Amino acid sequence: MADKATPVLQLTGVNKSFGAVKVLHDVDFAVYPGQVTALVGDNGAGKSTLIKCIAGIHPVDSGQFFFEGRPVAIGGPREAAALGIEVVYQDLALADNLDIVQNMFLGRERTRGVVLDEASMEESARQTLSRLSVRTVKSVRQMVASLSGGQRQTVAIAKAVLWESKVVILDEPTAALGVAQTRQVLDLVRRLADTGHAVVLISHNMNDVFQVADRITALYLGRVAAHVERAAVTSTQVVELITAGRSGDLGLAPTTAENTL
Amino acid sequence: MSTHSHELKEAAVQVADSDFAIDRREHTLSSAVRDYWTRVRAGELGALPSVFGLVALILLFTVLRPETFLSERNIANLFVQAMSVTILALGLVFVLLLGEIDLSAGVTSGVCAAVMAKLMVETGQPWYVAVLAALVTGLVIGAAIGLLVAVVRIPSFVVTLALFLGLQGITLRLIGEGGTVPVRDDVIVALANDNMPIWLGWTLAVVCSAGFAASQLLRWRRQRARGLAGRPLGLVLAQIAVVAAALLFGTFLMGLDRAPSPLIVLNGVPWGVPVVAILVIVATFVLGRTVYGRHVYAVGGNAEAARRAGINVTAIRMSVFMIASTLAAVAGMVDASRLNSVTPDAGAGNVLLYAVGAAVIGGTSLFGGKGRAIDAVLGGLVVSVIANGLGLMGAQAYLNMLITGGVLLFAASIDALARRRRAAAGR
Repeated sequence: MADKATPVLQLTGVNKSFGAVKVLHDVDFAVYPGQVTALVGDNGAGKSTLIKCIAGIHPVDSGQFFFEGRPVAIGGPREAAALGIEVVYQDLALADNLDIVQNMFLGRERTRGVVLDEASMEESARQTLSRLSVRTVKSVRQMVASLSGGQRQTVAIAKAVLWESKVVILDEPTAALGVAQTRQVLDLVRRLADTGHAVVLISHNMNDVFQVADRITALYLGRVAAHVERAAVTSTQVVELITAGRSGDLGLAPTTAENTL
Repeated sequence: MSTHSHELKEAAVQVADSDFAIDRREHTLSSAVRDYWTRVRAGELGALPSVFGLVALILLFTVLRPETFLSERNIANLFVQAMSVTILALGLVFVLLLGEIDLSAGVTSGVCAAVMAKLMVETGQPWYVAVLAALVTGLVIGAAIGLLVAVVRIPSFVVTLALFLGLQGITLRLIGEGGTVPVRDDVIVALANDNMPIWLGWTLAVVCSAGFAASQLLRWRRQRARGLAGRPLGLVLAQIAVVAAALLFGTFLMGLDRAPSPLIVLNGVPWGVPVVAILVIVATFVLGRTVYGRHVYAVGGNAEAARRAGINVTAIRMSVFMIASTLAAVAGMVDASRLNSVTPDAGAGNVLLYAVGAAVIGGTSLFGGKGRAIDAVLGGLVVSVIANGLGLMGAQAYLNMLITGGVLLFAASIDALARRRRAAAGR
């Protein structure tokens, strides 16, 4: 296992504007293998923009990316995927009319000659699901339309893991789920980290964050309010970081927080 | 080892359908039938409506017209009439899989047939040059539709409605008002009017049955050997039996003498039938076993998911219209062969309605993402039985239109209701 002190992905001094609106101010962000890093912040704090910059959807204005210590430039979604960065978006990118195997391999199908290699895809899909200890799926040949919200989220996550990914970014994976399903997905998030992936969890839900995260990065109006160890803070402190940018001696200096407004 | 695996199986059953229980559990015929019935109730109707419809219609017309409907001659007619509808519907399946529509497919077939006929009659080109030109014409029309739909992003309904009118103008210009271009080339005429020798018909039927059986059994063995999800052997064998029986029985029927006079012998499978069969087999292979086919389904199911998965959605959209229009060209030529001529209204009128009806009756959804090549065959037969039966009844034109329109609406309603059931069954 890689040294926990070396982040697999590190961003320093990232700035991003859309026209006159500055969305990200000198953002530093790091994710570590085997750890769940929660990215929290209010609506409009810049979480989604930051993720899209990492995924190569938006180019950054300035700032540096380091992947496993070496500087990289991420020019597009394909390059992000090639590095091993997979994003599971909130509105799950699954096709209802295809089964689990077909969805997991969508766009990267294995073939023998011109014919799809269904057998090998089915075996790999099942192996991946087993490795993540997914226990709720009846059959890997089930249509995705017949799955529950939690199972769909599970498939979307498993799809990201299938590709030897090193960084898995989950955008609000529990937003639309019930209690039991949320539990399942959070367990899966934890297992993902335990199998050595660097996991980024974007969430509004403090319960979720405190259940699975190892580290928390709070964004406040496009700035990083604080990077903290989960064990070192309370839920109240994190909520203050999200809503006011500071909490006691944590977070942005009072003047910075004021100026940002 | 066997007791161990047996215990595992028991345990899997106990945890009630989780942990890939269905994949691991030994499928029996009865459990497979139960699963099938559950799927039907959840709105996965498959070939059920078209097969039921076909049986019901055959019974109905047999009762109403006992002498003529099941006569050898009429059955042969029915197959010949079904050929062009089926080919047109086959192309439309690709378009419908994306949730798009091609209203101009019928008139495209007319333009292509006119191009073919004019080249042969007026410039004396050999048949293969004329056929190639017709196919290219179809491809070009499809590319134009595809560009306007996929790149310019005009709804396919509007693009093809405009072409529905415009292309009729082209056919009229090519042939001239009130004109007719005769088709006398032996090869083209043979397509719908000549029959294969009896021995060749039987050989093809046997080869096709054996090929189907081999591919199904090999797949079953591979799935079983590697512990993959599969169907029980009994079901596979039953399906092979049904397909082989249908092929052999059809060949037998076509082998009967159907000449109107006892002085001549007229029997055998029409040459057009293997043409349709090859097209359907190729389309089935492309949709079911290739990356391209998988991507067509993905774009039809969730275009955004397909885009994020790195699929070139624009190219897929363009390609289905090119396939549909090229197959329309084939349908036009088959029709020209059947009628021995091309008229300015070739492919107009209710041709497209029949083809869309065929695809939808066969089980292809108008909402995209669901459909198979074989749907075109089943639906094409249903539509042809209706048209043929109504013809034998001497139904008046107004009644014919009313009934055909009604059948399409009925099929679309079943599609919409089944879709609602599927949505309710999911989640």
